[in-house]
Amino acid sequence: MDEEQPLSAPLLPPGKVPTGIPGFDNLTYGGLPANRSTLISGSSGSGKTIFAAQFLARGITELDEHGVFVTFEESPEDIRRNVASFGWNLAAWEEEGKWAFVDASPDPDEEVVEAGEYDLGGVMARIRHAVTRTGARRLAVDSLSAVFSQFQDPSVVRKELFRIARAAREMDVTAVLTAERTEEYGPIGRYGVEEFIADNVVVLRNVLDEEQRRRTLELLKFRGTDHQKGEHPFVIEADRGVVVIPLTGIPLEQRSSNVRVTSGNPELDDMCGGGFFRDSVVLVSGATGTGKTLTVTHFLAGGARLGDRGLLFGFEESREQLVRNAAGWGVDFERMERDGALRVHCEYPEARGLQDHLLRVKRMIEDFAPQRVVIDSLSALERVGPPKAFRQMVIDLTSFIKQKSITGLFTNTTPTLVGGTSVTEAHISSLTDSIILLRYVEMFGEMQRGLMVLKMRGSPHDKEIRQVTIDASGMHLGEPFRSVSGILSGNPVPSREELARLEGLFPQE
Amino acid sequence: MSTKGRTDLDHYVLKLYVTGRTPRAERAIDNLRRLCKDELEGCYEVEIIDVLEHPQLAEEDRILATPTLIKQLPPPLRRVIGDLSNSDKVLLGLDVRRRDSRVQGEESLG
Repeated sequence: MDEEQPLSAPLLPPGKVPTGIPGFDNLTYGGLPANRSTLISGSSGSGKTIFAAQFLARGITELDEHGVFVTFEESPEDIRRNVASFGWNLAAWEEEGKWAFVDASPDPDEEVVEAGEYDLGGVMARIRHAVTRTGARRLAVDSLSAVFSQFQDPSVVRKELFRIARAAREMDVTAVLTAERTEEYGPIGRYGVEEFIADNVVVLRNVLDEEQRRRTLELLKFRGTDHQKGEHPFVIEADRGVVVIPLTGIPLEQRSSNVRVTSGNPELDDMCGGGFFRDSVVLVSGATGTGKTLTVTHFLAGGARLGDRGLLFGFEESREQLVRNAAGWGVDFERMERDGALRVHCEYPEARGLQDHLLRVKRMIEDFAPQRVVIDSLSALERVGPPKAFRQMVIDLTSFIKQKSITGLFTNTTPTLVGGTSVTEAHISSLTDSIILLRYVEMFGEMQRGLMVLKMRGSPHDKEIRQVTIDASGMHLGEPFRSVSGILSGNPVPSREELARLEGLFPQE
Repeated sequence: MSTKGRTDLDHYVLKLYVTGRTPRAERAIDNLRRLCKDELEGCYEVEIIDVLEHPQLAEEDRILATPTLIKQLPPPLRRVIGDLSNSDKVLLGLDVRRRDSRVQGEESLG
């Protein structure tokens, strides 16, 4: 047998078959290479059977492409039951000739004795028959590794699996083959051969990271076609199965516009060189009470005045409190909501996992189609998941917002009152386009507030630390704290001239 | 086919699934014929099924490997895969004792 012959002999450049699995087709720039086989490898519970079934199900529901599912592991009955919750009625599709099982699952009551040479001609004939009978364009084989456990001679199985992959190609079907792996970062397949059987390799992982389950998908090998590298988070949603969250699938289309939008505060606009950029994300970072929520309020109210819709995600304060705060500065959030200019969504950060938060935020953005999005605060979400997952979420959300030409404003609450950076700042400062720092400045026993535009990508900006005053009409930026050093580190040291000036600023009553 | 006074439990119904007429398939068929003649002395039925011609039957019997020999009767159902070149294993798989040992067994019973 010539099983070592490469299966990807270059024929025509293959097209792509959309899987219909949300996010996956973005990642792969169109889906799975048509008429090729793709290995989906993962540990048990990683979702590979669901992925395989979903590939067939979406083919039926979206493209009316029929599918054949070969199962070497679970019984068809188990699979029918397990995927019913996703809304896939396999029995009905089988009835309609759109879906066919080839049941190659082991019968535990039946002992098989091997007496001489054999091949897997039986299952091959059954696969061909099922494909012909249903006119299938899609084939799923779950799993290659399970075939090994049914036979004593691994060399026969190895040879036969190559034949199945080759036959899939002859039959003009796009195949998804699953493989079982024992370690999340170990060999691709348990039997060391699985990865060579298919043209492409996708790895599903289910990693326990700081007590949180994190599922990721990686396109390890995607022959001759464009695809996104790296591990991309995915979730298995109760009603639609695998949903992949492309991290970097979007930035290619990312536009960086030169259009400026107002921050809602003319003085801050000046400091930023004429406002925020429209397709950008601004991080406003500071301790509690330094004016972050006020900055948010200005940003939303300023947008609403120009007809922009704003979407505010509150993860720190209740809805009532946000409304009350805004009212204190003369902004009526409730009326803005009635006018359709604003939507406020508050939720406990711990109510769901990071990936679920991300999906929900994205869905609501899709639904409401705002021009402005605020997350208040991002740091509240940070405590929900491990740093890596948090960072991925921020990357994804940032890309998503920019791609939609939305202006994003994220707040970050620093843990210490004076000075100090937070973990969140350190993690995500490189991901946002602009950073505004709000700081307390302690002078002569008085707490004052200061604001600084630390970073403004692609634009000159005021680099001074300005004094902030807050009254019933909102935030005002005053004189720079000239000749005071050490504000950002929390230890301001005023110069002698500044001392004199500051004394003048705060006359004794 | 005559049962020559034996009980139904001594009547074997066998099915041999093969893929096409390959040398391996022919070998399996020859091996099975010889074995039946030697060990089952005429009280057997054999059906040979080519999965390429009858994939639906292969589906019903859930055939994976070829050749596959199925002992349908007497119960329990047994499966033996391979070209049946190892006759000891075939007999073991079919739950058939070799004729000489069976004769001895009958004697000891008597």
